[in-house]
Amino acid sequence: MSVHPLAVAATEADLLAARTQMALSLGWHIIIACFGVGMPALILFTEWRGHRTGDIGYRLLARRWARAMGVLFAVGAVSGTILSFEMGLLWPGMMGVYGEVIGLPFSLEGIAFFLEAIFLGIYLYAWDRLTPVAHILSGIPIVVAGVSSAFFVVAANAWMQAPTGFEVRQGRIVSVDPWAAMLNPATPSQTVHMILAAFMVVGFSVAGVYAVAMLRGRRDRYHRLGLLLPLTVAAIVTPVQIAVGDWSARFVADSQPVKLAAMEGIFDTQRGAPLHLGGVAVGDRLRYGLAIPKGLSLLAHGSPDAEVAGLKAFPRDEWPPVNIVHLSFQIMVIIGFALLGLAIWLALAWGRHRDLPRSPWFARAVAVSGVASVVAVEAGWTVTEVGRQPWTVYRVMRTADAVNPAPGLVYGFVVVTAVYVVLTVATVYVMRLLSRNKPVPLAPQEIDVTGYKVV
Amino acid sequence: MPLPEIMMAVLWVGLSAYVLFGGADFGGGVWDLLAGGAVRGREQRDLVEHAIGPVWEANHVWLIFVIVLMWTGIPSVFGAVTSTLYIPLTLAALGVIARGAAFAFRKASVRLWQRRLFGAAFAFSSVVTPFFLGAAAGGIASGRVPPGLAKGDLISSWVNPTSLVSGALAVGTAAYLAAVYLTRDAQRDHRPALAEAFRRRALATGVVVGLLSAAGLVVLSADAPRLFAELTSGRALPLLVLSVLSGLASLVLLWFRAYLAVRLTAAVAVVGLLWGWGIGQYPELLPGVTVRRAAATDAVLAASLGSLAVGTLLLLPSLWLLYATFQRPAEPAEPGPPA
Repeated sequence: MSVHPLAVAATEADLLAARTQMALSLGWHIIIACFGVGMPALILFTEWRGHRTGDIGYRLLARRWARAMGVLFAVGAVSGTILSFEMGLLWPGMMGVYGEVIGLPFSLEGIAFFLEAIFLGIYLYAWDRLTPVAHILSGIPIVVAGVSSAFFVVAANAWMQAPTGFEVRQGRIVSVDPWAAMLNPATPSQTVHMILAAFMVVGFSVAGVYAVAMLRGRRDRYHRLGLLLPLTVAAIVTPVQIAVGDWSARFVADSQPVKLAAMEGIFDTQRGAPLHLGGVAVGDRLRYGLAIPKGLSLLAHGSPDAEVAGLKAFPRDEWPPVNIVHLSFQIMVIIGFALLGLAIWLALAWGRHRDLPRSPWFARAVAVSGVASVVAVEAGWTVTEVGRQPWTVYRVMRTADAVNPAPGLVYGFVVVTAVYVVLTVATVYVMRLLSRNKPVPLAPQEIDVTGYKVV
Repeated sequence: MPLPEIMMAVLWVGLSAYVLFGGADFGGGVWDLLAGGAVRGREQRDLVEHAIGPVWEANHVWLIFVIVLMWTGIPSVFGAVTSTLYIPLTLAALGVIARGAAFAFRKASVRLWQRRLFGAAFAFSSVVTPFFLGAAAGGIASGRVPPGLAKGDLISSWVNPTSLVSGALAVGTAAYLAAVYLTRDAQRDHRPALAEAFRRRALATGVVVGLLSAAGLVVLSADAPRLFAELTSGRALPLLVLSVLSGLASLVLLWFRAYLAVRLTAAVAVVGLLWGWGIGQYPELLPGVTVRRAAATDAVLAASLGSLAVGTLLLLPSLWLLYATFQRPAEPAEPGPPA
């Protein structure tokens, strides 16, 4: 057989390309998937309120949101499919060995996603064929399946953080307990953290759309409901999320101490470790950060004098990229608390005069809160995934051993990136078209509602 | 039947469902591409859009189902296939993105240029995606994917006689199934002219797919002699015969405009070919790798198959509800204000 021109070994560049491609397609899908998880419940609640009260505002909101969800779901279905391809195309070393260990949650996710797709088809396309109650009932499986899908997929990822439930002898899997693998120690905190994040992204993002409209002077009932309803959901979830985040961080402290050390920029193992705000790792030190004495020991282990392992306690070739992980963690936490502030602002104003805060700064804050919540999700995933490096399966398989050894992954990365750029532009463009092609009437009437076709 | 064989059978059921339903959605895109100018092709495109709209996402899940079952049930084979065939599979994945996204985007657009742009992306990717998936299947069928990671030739594993025929066959099958299904859809919507148009297309593509299958056998005899022998004289022969007879019966039924019955025979013809390949290749998945050797541990197979069995109890009635809801004719439009 002649030697093919492409037949050179996979390089560092290929590994980097594979990692970046995975990060791009996962990071892209996560945003869309959040809407698939959180939006059905929001729409269903709104539709139910509209049915109970007959309020045209609710009824129009439900229809318009459903139309947007239809487009987002289609895009999410395909961007999720790409990921299942990429698991094999980019990481056959991992899937070829451990595919069976995480097969169960993915099989279950397949069933959940199937149900979601089926009932979404019915819910969207049969809006005017079913009675209102039957229609609302047809939406319930979408909510359940969407949240379950998120659970199963994140459980599979959690296994990569805390691999359990299998036995290897001489590089071959000899026994697997698929249920133990799925319900690994990282699953509870990680899945709950992600599902709540999805509801925050949906709540803040949808509210943000109406905040922008308000800043442009549309303060009628329809727009106020469009802001208040999703923002209330997000405001309720946010404090819970911060508590869950704490739970998640404690779990990392116990199970992946090297990741915690990178998150916090701790180099030397110490008792009474400080909590760093900001800072950059230069050499083997965190510089320019503000240190809160004993803060980390207290937060991570519940005692101000608890010992926290530093990066230097681990071989250097097992360190994750410290600055990326540290910075991402800081970004996520800062945004989380800023969003908590926004939630408190809303709660105070509502408690005082049963109304939204009147300040234009409130609308401005809500307008950016959607983007902020998305950034927080991306930052959180960066902590989770980059913080696990150099491992793909923590302490079991290195990323360099998981990657496809075939040459030319760099070119695949370039093509995939180009496609995602186009997909992003088109998605944003079409989402804007949806609201512009049929603007919200100044005074909605019954006919505006039923005349608004969902598909 | 032992668990590995059950797993392979379930995998093949998923693959069959993907070809029959997802394949037909791609075929709809092929006809969209060939429907002509914006005015002339409008009626056809509307029918295609109407038929695919509510169901394509559910149909598409079969692909994910097949991929997940591969890495769960036969992980090392999955790794070998995806690493060696990563070029056509990446192209197919991109085609999947373009097809699904563009279809949704076109539905949401109103201006002609927007619909043309998204429509072109939808239609074009509907042709290339099945081709690359078919070409990848041809690489496996002709034994060009050895075990191990990226051990096969990155190019000739999918640019070879068997792959080219199986790629073309995949596109042809998709178009054929879509045309067959659309005749009945048009008839139900009381659009006889449209039904006639798709009947002609179904007849023509039926003949083309038949000829392609015959050509495929000739190619196999030279390129994959073992599979050829199983198909023409071994245990896969009954399936090949069933496929050929059903294909011929479909042409007859189309000729006499039995649009509902032809759905069944056309599906049997396609599934017969697919299972003929599977049975013909069994027990070898890759050269030197049998099902038993490649299969995951029994605990994994049992857990996955058990979950799927329970899932099926939920899925079957749900799928029935989906198809029943949209295969009913739409109620006659009530007199009222124009939407």
